[in-house]
This record gives sequence, structure tokens and C-alpha cells, in this order.
Amino acid sequence: MLPSDFWGRIVFILEEYGSSFLRGIGTTMLIAVVSTAIGCIIGFAVGIVQTIPCDKEENPVKWGLLSVIKFILTAYVEIFRGTPMMVQAMFIYYGTAMVFNINMGMWTAAFFIVSINTGAYMAETVRGGILSIDPGQTEGAMAIGMNHFQTMINVILPQALRNIMPQIGNNLIINIKDTSVLSVIGVMELFYTTKGIAGAYYTYFEAFSIAMVFYFIMTFICSRILRVLESRMDGPDNYELVQTDALVLGEGMHRYNPKDKNVSTNGDYRAQRAGNFNENQREGM
Amino acid sequence: MDNNIIKVSHLQKFFGKNQVLKDVDFNVNEGDVTTIIGASGSGKSTLLRCINLLEKPSGGEILFHGKPITGKGFDPCSYRAKVGMCFQSFNLFNNMTVIENCMVGPVKVLKRPKAEAEEKALFYLKKVGMDPYIKAKPRQLSGGQKQRVAIARALAMEPEVLLFDEPTSALDPQMVGEVLSVMRQLAKEGLTMIIVTHEMAFARDVSTHVVYMADGVICEEGSPEKIFEHPENERTAEFLKRFNER
Repeated sequence: MLPSDFWGRIVFILEEYGSSFLRGIGTTMLIAVVSTAIGCIIGFAVGIVQTIPCDKEENPVKWGLLSVIKFILTAYVEIFRGTPMMVQAMFIYYGTAMVFNINMGMWTAAFFIVSINTGAYMAETVRGGILSIDPGQTEGAMAIGMNHFQTMINVILPQALRNIMPQIGNNLIINIKDTSVLSVIGVMELFYTTKGIAGAYYTYFEAFSIAMVFYFIMTFICSRILRVLESRMDGPDNYELVQTDALVLGEGMHRYNPKDKNVSTNGDYRAQRAGNFNENQREGM
Repeated sequence: MDNNIIKVSHLQKFFGKNQVLKDVDFNVNEGDVTTIIGASGSGKSTLLRCINLLEKPSGGEILFHGKPITGKGFDPCSYRAKVGMCFQSFNLFNNMTVIENCMVGPVKVLKRPKAEAEEKALFYLKKVGMDPYIKAKPRQLSGGQKQRVAIARALAMEPEVLLFDEPTSALDPQMVGEVLSVMRQLAKEGLTMIIVTHEMAFARDVSTHVVYMADGVICEEGSPEKIFEHPENERTAEFLKRFNER
């Protein structure tokens, strides 16, 4: 029988439907993580194409072709950013099934819809990330003979990726929450599961309290993991000096000891170094 | 001439309606250390950037070993691999450590094996005195150190010509010395260099050829003795006089 107090009911629901919740969480996370990853790939591809430089006079054919592709990509970005994901889900899942007789299956539809939405947002983010990198980086890469593709892969994109990591994290969190709209096409993610459970004993408050906590835990853990990833990408704040000449490391740390022969020879070496240094200084004047 | 590397003839460059280079002619032979001096806005940097094709010349031509670099079928990437460049703002790759900065060109562009590239990178980093810092990232270095790494990065490509675009202008006076002495060493070793600089003492000291530019044209060129001691052109004399007064 259903307990009468709040905590009792929470425990009761968890005992009864714990595995359903877990399956819902799994579905939500799977769709969110995979779709964010695919969306990032789409976003990078679109963002890179959008930033290909091309001279109209130098290469008119390439320019024309690029303009057409860029137009199509811009249309994609604007349309998918400009319409609600829930409407897109209905349109793609039911709409295509009715008119074109394409039955793409619930999972395919779920991944497709969330990925392509994330891709539309990421495209603009990536474009911004690429534009934010100092043009000097591109010039530096060009000056050692890299072509556009090599420059992008080796120099620009790693830096752009670092800069847009917070935005990727944003997208992942938004996706974790927004998979709930997929309930309209019957995907058994956390929201749909919770709705079912709440309806069974009419415990909307308790069931959705649990769902809220689960959603929060998922997003919070993801945002922490991404923070760790970010600092991993930054690398250590300190660096080691790789020095075969131990003197340089210990410079200013030695106490002069006349009995120690090593130190005195080192002292000569240091004087010599100091002499060179002064000479160098003078040259620069 | 056999050992002619770069020949610039009737070079022009427009930015919109603004003509920055008006009919520039000059030659660089193997082993030459050419310094380009002149007031800001006289087109020195633009000339250098045109030579490296970072700017597209609007007219005239630039010959590299007798081949026009703006011609059809000329690969600007492999050309740039042979003509190195150091910038005023260093432009080191921020996502790489010092050694990676010096290795990425040889590995990705020249397709050298990694071990060989690393050895070369270390050799040139040692030459500029930056070998202790191979694990550092550019953001952890001072300006002078960054510029020395940038020089090592350009050297690691083993270029035929090295271009310097005001390599010391962004540095404070204490750091200028360390960069100039590295460049002086390179000049002694016979590397062909074209240097845009405001360091007159350095220009006089290291160059074999000095070019004075004003308003997009070469006013006067010749040996450092001629330019600095006996300038024929009034404007050159005026420019150098102002410099000496400072």
C-alpha cells in the first residue's frame, strides 16, 4: 500500500520503479552524449566550411561552388535553430512516415533530431571559435608553409576547441534536459518514464521530485567532468627546465666554498658566461 | 647572376585606393643580409609580406630563382617553406610547447620523420639558447624568449631565405639584445636574410646591403657604409639624422 508521508512515498516509488528510473536515465544520457558528440562533428564540419577563405577573382569556380554550399549550410543552421525541437521531432518522425513512408525507427529519429539540432548550434559556436583565434596564428602557420587544411588541423582547431569547450558543455547539459521533448515520439527517456510512474499511483509531486534530482545529478556531474577535461587541455601551469648545465638551474643558489674545487671551477665558467652576457647586452644597445 | 635568390621588379601594392608600394625593385643574392629601414608607413613590412605572399602583390613581379611566385602553377606553400618569416608579434602556436612549435613544420610540411625533426629542433633551439625551455608553452615565456623560439621555428625548416618583420619592435630594451645577438650570429654563419628594422646600430653592424624606403619607393640602397656615412639622397640623410638625434 502507498505510504501516507512524503519520504515514505519517495522510498516506495524508488523501490517499486527504481529500475525503470535507471533505464530512463540511461536512455537520456545515451541520447544526450551520443547526439552531442555527433552534433559537435557536424558543427565542426559546417564551421570549417563556413570559414574557408576564397578569392572570387582568383578562383571563380571554387568561389561559386563554395557560395552555394555556404548558402545551404546557412539555411540548415537558421532553420534548425529557428524551430522548436519538439515540432521538428513530430515533423520528422510522424511527418516523414506519413508522406514519404519512411519509418526511421524511434532511436534513429531520436539521435537524428538531437544531433542535427546540436550541429546547428555548434556550427555557429565553432565559427565564432575559429574567428576568435588571433590571425597571427594563421600567418605563423602559413609562413612555415602549411596549407589551409594543415593550419586548421594543427593550429587553429585545437585552440578553437579549447575556447568553445564551455559551450560544448552547455550543449551537453541542454541536451540532457531537452531529450525530454522526445517523449512526444515515444522515446522512453527519464521524463516519459517519470510521467508513467507518476500516473500509476497519482504521485506527481514525489515522482517528479525524484526526476528533478536525477536530472540535476546528471547535469552537475557532466559539467564537473567537462571542467576537468578543460583543465586537462590547458596542461600544467608550470614547466620543467630541461637543463644539462646544472649551474643555470642553481644559479644564485650556491654558497661560495673555497675548499670545494668544483665550485671554484664552476665559478670561472660562470664568470665567462657573465662576460658573454655583457657582450651580448652591449650589442643590443 | 647565378646566386640570385629573390628579384623584385616593379612591385606594386594597393590596399583599396591607397597605394602602399609604388614600383619597388631590388635583388637579394645568396648570403646577403639586407636590412630595410625607413619611417613607419613607408611600406617596409608590406614589401616583406609581399615577398612571402602573405599579401598578394597588385602589380609587378617577384622572381624566386628566376620563377615568378605569383605565376600560375606556383605552389605558395612549398615556396613559403623555403622562405621563412619571423613576425613582430612572434606568432608562436599557443597550443604547442616550444619543441612542438619547432617540430610541426618539418613533420607536417616537409614530412620528415619525427626523430629527425626533434633532433633538428633541439639543434636550432640550442643555437638560440632556448633548449632548456622545450617543455614550456608560449604563454609562459617572455617576449625575447618567444622571438628566439620563433627564430628557431623558422630555422628548423632550413629555409633559403629568412625574413624578419621588425623582430624587436614589440620587445622592451633589455630583451632586444638577446634577439639581435642571435640574428647577428645567423648573419655571421652566412644565412640569407631580409630584415625590416628600426635598430640602426644593428643594421649598420650586420647588413651587407641597406635599403632605405619612403612613401612606397626605395629612395636609396647600397652598402651600410654608403647609406650610414655618406647618404646621397636628402631624405635618407634627413631620416638618419633624426635617428641619431634621439
